[in-house]
Amino acid sequence: MNFKKQLKEGLLTNNPVLSQLLGMCSTMAITTTLFNGIGMGLSVTIILICSNVVISALRKIIPDKIRIAAYIVVIAGFVTMVDLLLKAYVPALSDSLGVFIPLIVVNCIILGRAEAFASKHGVLAAAVDGLTQGIGYTAALVLMCVIRELLGSGTFGKGVLGADGVRILPAQYPALLVILPVGGFLTLGCLIALTQWVNRRLAEKEQEKEAVK
Amino acid sequence: MSALLSLFAISLSAILAENFILVKFLGICPFMGVSKKTDTALGMGLAVIFVMALASAATWAVNEFLLVRLGLEYMQTVVFILVIAALVQFVEMFLQKALPALYQALGIYLPLITTNCAVLGVALLNIQNSYTFIEAVIYGVTGGVGFTLAIVLFSSVRERLEDCDCPKAFRGFPLALIAAGLLALSFMGFSGFKVF
Repeated sequence: MNFKKQLKEGLLTNNPVLSQLLGMCSTMAITTTLFNGIGMGLSVTIILICSNVVISALRKIIPDKIRIAAYIVVIAGFVTMVDLLLKAYVPALSDSLGVFIPLIVVNCIILGRAEAFASKHGVLAAAVDGLTQGIGYTAALVLMCVIRELLGSGTFGKGVLGADGVRILPAQYPALLVILPVGGFLTLGCLIALTQWVNRRLAEKEQEKEAVK
Repeated sequence: MSALLSLFAISLSAILAENFILVKFLGICPFMGVSKKTDTALGMGLAVIFVMALASAATWAVNEFLLVRLGLEYMQTVVFILVIAALVQFVEMFLQKALPALYQALGIYLPLITTNCAVLGVALLNIQNSYTFIEAVIYGVTGGVGFTLAIVLFSSVRERLEDCDCPKAFRGFPLALIAAGLLALSFMGFSGFKVF
């Protein structure tokens, strides 16, 4: 099944954040609580699916020369919709993500997928690509959030499981540093190193399999 | 006098305490992408200062005289990104005709700047902080200076990282991120630094 392969690519071998190294601004800036991470991940996933579908449907109409501008307008339209919806229904999330919601417009993941995938494939394939890449992005964000929240404030699920989350480490142990900007760089660096290691392992295993054949 | 002092405060915080890259996480993509050599980093930095100043002025004016007058503030994101894209295109054409020498130096960085989140970020933050026109332009210029400072400092660190011996998985990008983290740590020393 093709979906399974695409899901694996989105989550691991071609993860937008951890392998393609796209959209790092938001990944490092907002991953301080689980609530932020899930909210941002879902918003980007929805926008990614919508913009992929529209761009793929319009791919034969948009002239090649102004395609980037056209893509940006489509993306900006969806971002504005999500921004207004969040302001109306989830104001807490809108406040804590702040300027990073409108900045989804220039998130390289969305423009990158439009250029690399949606402009060359059919509507259905583009929607599936949006979903799997979005899931990969959300997974990377959630992973960052869980690590940073645990080490930085000693809790799990702040904002999702009650306002303060579940306390795991006693209050005197967590290192505040991890939820400050520094922690964002360090955590992402280590996670990318881990992904590279896992991917290399997977590639080596496949080579071994083929050698046996 | 107090107006001057507030401009000074905005500048200092934009360059150091609230550095766009290392504290606010805006513009990480070019920061990572174009920081392999010091001279390209400097070129990118100068182009960003230029565009951020122009973009601050243009988006402030568009917002004040068009969007607010017509009650269309909710269109900010769409309009701003279009203004920035058009502006970058225009600057590119203007430089090519008028100042070919400068164009040679900055030209290749200009198209990349449209999708630099520091530029859209500065436009949105100007409105969010309800800055006046002068304050917005100063914030744009000094935000760009902060960007340049960070990217130039980082590029000289990175030149040395190239040939260091470290675990295979960390080579290249992850190590660069960790170095950037340490740079961010040193910029934390400026936080809580107030002029008033």
